[in-house]
Formats: sequence, C-alpha cells, structure tokens
Amino acid sequence: MDRYTEQRLFGFLARASAALILGVLVMVVGVTLWRGGRVFVTDPAVMVTAPGSRYMLDGGGGFLHAVLGSIFIVVPATVVASILAISTAMFLQSDYSSERTSDVINMFLNVLWGTPPIVYGVFVLTIIIAVGAQTSLIFGTIAIAIFQYPIMTRYADEALRAAPDAVKEASYGLGATRFETARMTVRAALPGVIAGIIMGFARGIGDAATVLFTAGRSTQMPGGPFDPATTLPILIFEQAASFNAEVRSHAYAASFVLIVAVLALILASKLLAGRFARFAPGGRHS
Amino acid sequence: MSNDIALRTDDLEVTYTGNREVTAVDGVSTEFAENKLTAIIGPSGCGKSTLLKALNRLHEIQPNAEITGEVYLGDEAIYDTDDPLPEIRRRVGYVPQTPTALPLSIYNNVAYGAKIHGDYSSEELDDLVESYLRKVNLWDEVKDRLDDPGAELSTGQIQRLCLARSLAVEPEVLLCDEVTSALDPISAEQVEETLEDLKEEYTIIMVTHSMDQAKRLADDVIFLYLGELVEANDTRSFFENPKHERTQEFVKGHTAVDYDDEPDEESVTDQQPVATR
Repeated sequence: MDRYTEQRLFGFLARASAALILGVLVMVVGVTLWRGGRVFVTDPAVMVTAPGSRYMLDGGGGFLHAVLGSIFIVVPATVVASILAISTAMFLQSDYSSERTSDVINMFLNVLWGTPPIVYGVFVLTIIIAVGAQTSLIFGTIAIAIFQYPIMTRYADEALRAAPDAVKEASYGLGATRFETARMTVRAALPGVIAGIIMGFARGIGDAATVLFTAGRSTQMPGGPFDPATTLPILIFEQAASFNAEVRSHAYAASFVLIVAVLALILASKLLAGRFARFAPGGRHS
Repeated sequence: MSNDIALRTDDLEVTYTGNREVTAVDGVSTEFAENKLTAIIGPSGCGKSTLLKALNRLHEIQPNAEITGEVYLGDEAIYDTDDPLPEIRRRVGYVPQTPTALPLSIYNNVAYGAKIHGDYSSEELDDLVESYLRKVNLWDEVKDRLDDPGAELSTGQIQRLCLARSLAVEPEVLLCDEVTSALDPISAEQVEETLEDLKEEYTIIMVTHSMDQAKRLADDVIFLYLGELVEANDTRSFFENPKHERTQEFVKGHTAVDYDDEPDEESVTDQQPVATR
C-alpha cells in the first residue's frame, strides 16, 4: 500500500467512525425526543402534576415528584461538591502541596472517579444503617455529592494547572496572600472550573445507582430532607419495567426531560465559559 | 555612585534542589541605587531571573528553592524579618516576563493591588486608576473601555497595564523581568519610553537579554555569568571600559558590529569568521 492510499484509507476510517458515533447520538436523542415529545403533546401536564396514589399501576397523575426529587437532590449535592472540589483543587496546587502529595491525592481521586457509583450507594447505605436512619432525600444528596466530587476536582485541578504561572507571579508580586492568589488563579481558570461543575451536575442528575437505595425510591411528592424521594433516572427504570402502557410511555417523557436538562446544562456551560473566557489570560483566543 | 542605595544583596545564594542540584545565584553581593534603572544582563541561564525574584522572595513560590545570604531593603533585611511576606512583596514590586492581565477588568487590574492593601473610597480608586494608567501612557487608549477585560488588550498594552498594576501598590523598588521580550518592536519601544519616564521616580531593576536595551535605558549595569556577579558598573563605563575579561568578551560578542567605530585588534579577530564567510 503506498502512502497516499494509506492516507485515503485512514481518512475514510476517521470519517466513518465520526459518522457512526454521530449517527448513534442523533438516534438516541431523536428517539427520546420523538417518543417523549409525543407524550408532552398529548398530555403536557405530566411533568408538573403530582403522581396519583396508584401512579405506578395506572399512570394517574404525572411525575413531578421525580423532577422535584432530582432538583432537590442534585442541586444541593452540586453546590456542596463544587465547594469541596474547588478547595481541594486549590490545595493540590504547588502553593499548598508538594508535587508528591498532589500526585498521591490525584491517584486516589482517579480511583474514586473510576469507582462504580453503585459502590457509593452501598457505602452510604451502610452509613444509613449504622446511624439507624431511613433512606431519604438527604442521603441521596450525600451519595450524589460523593459521586460528583472526584469528577469536579479532577476538572478543576487540570484547569488550575493550565492557568498561566504569570498570573500567580503577578498576584504574589503585588503582595497578595496565598489565599488571594489561589482565588485569582481560580478566576483565571474559571472556564475550566465551570465546565467541571456542569459536568459533575450532568453526571449527577443522570446517575441512578447512587440514589437507588439511598434516596428511598418514593412514589410520592418529596416531603422534606428526611423523607424518601426519588430521581428521574430511577423513575425511568421503574416506568420502563411497568406493564401499563401509559406508564411505559411516561418513561420516554421522563427521558425527554432529562436529555433536555443535560443539553441545556451543556449550553449554559458553553455560554458561561465563553463569558469568563474573555477575562482569562489570553482572552477569547484561548 | 554617590546616590542612596535602595536595595543591597549580601552574599546571596539561591540553589534549586530538584533532581539535579543547581546553584542559580552564587554569592552575589551588590547594590542597587535609588531612583535609577539597573539592568541585569548575562547569557541565558546565568541566574538573572532567579536573582531578580530573590529580591522580593518571589522564587519561594517555586518548590525546592533554597536561599542563603540576605537582601536589604534600605536598612531592613527582607529574609530575616518579622514582616509578613506579602508586605515585602508590596514594597518590592514585580512585573513578569509574559505580559499577563489578571482575570479582571482593566480598571480592576490596576485597582486590585490597592484594594487588597488598603481601604479606598470608590472616588479614590477612580483617581488612583486614572493616575497610574496615565503614568504608563495607557490612559488615552483605554479610558473609554475600563470595564472591558484586561486580557482583551493588545500584548503591548497589557504589559503597560502590568506596569500600572505594579505601581498602584506604591512599591519602593520595581523588578522587571525581560518585560519587552514578548513584544513587537513598536510595543517594546512604548514600554521602554514608559520605563524611561518611570525611572525618575522609582528604583527599577530590569533583567534584559538585549545589550542595546541596557545601553539605552540603564543607569547601571550588572553582569552575571553562571550565577556569579562578574562586573557591576555605571552603564557608560561598563560598555566603554569593561574591566573584566569575561565582560569584554560578552560586550564585544554582542556589539562587535556597531559598538566601536574604530575596532581594536581584539574585536577585529572577533569579526574574522564573518569576513571569511
């Protein structure tokens, strides 16, 4: 095979794999939008209606409980996890840690990132049993926060490392303290840090295994932090397994809500990152 | 050199203890005169930047840097001191080599240092920002877009913004690390003009690898070679009458063509390879 045939062949393979992935993606999004969207056309209230008392059996009412459950579990988890993640990422920079320390911590974070979320679920379940509590919204939040933390920390750490040293030098050179300099570095790395937070949020809102036996799989509206709740991914699993066709069709509607939420998050992250990128060293070009 | 001394180093030695131990600055004792511009020159990797950073303890942000000796700011030691480190760095400002705006607006780039060190009313801050931007000849270019990100300025403007930012905390000494090396010739000229104006009021210590720049701007010159101080003198004597053999070689190596109208025998030999080409 001569070099030019080789080049053409590789070009073909590269395009084909891109087309394959894109095709699958379009189909996933398309099927969800089509089948879920149809439910919304015929019954738009399904997302904002509380479930009936026998929702899982007859599909009466809607799945507002899971929408609210997702929001009440994942939003606080994201807030807590981002604060912890940004603090840890600050600590991992050379101002606070030696290279060896940050290498070791990063290794643990990678292990945590790779840990299947069901393991976090079991871990939190152990805590629930140990303290004699019941599965509830707050424990779902804890499990999701633990799940999001390594993802966000790794993103934030990479972003902070990529921030130019000159920002640090300039800040110290003005007589800023270590903490003021760390905050300045976070500002310089904000587009990357935000991308990490949104990524954690998207992963958190889509994860079922962590909340499966921590949040309580409730089929009613969430009452409070110590009452059982459920999230959209768990609901989708239960709906899809139902023998009632209407409940099954709601699984697509719930998937529709999830996928739109994730797309909106990614869009928001792009917009936010673009806004802050103007301020980042290197300006819009970076 | 009858002027007052702003900064003085005493047997300063900086060693990087990484995988390979390197003594970047080796027993440097020298003086920097007040309200003058002193250029630190020398070949690449001779410890110029390390010496500069050691003057306000900025090298300490790098891991594995060890230092012995002392630096005196006026009469005060900056290593053996009870003053908090940020206070020392406020008094000895630093402008990095790469022109880098802080991730803030143009206005806040200048105001930031002042804000962290003191309480200013917003009117005072407005005045302060304007006066320092004027001082670096940037005010007219940015006065209508003070809220825009500093990072959106041109590289040359950013470097002048960096100067304004450093001056706004009212340092006694300003350290400039090859501040024109990343700039195009026109921007570099503007920054040089700014430095020319500033040296009336400030003690400036500048690392440069351009002999011409040192000749144009500096009042005094310090020549480092492999971390050791070879020669320190006023600019005129340094270039016209270098005492040390190594300085002579370095000066001629860089200026053999345009330095002397009547080349002496040595520089003729220096130019021979050119002639035989």
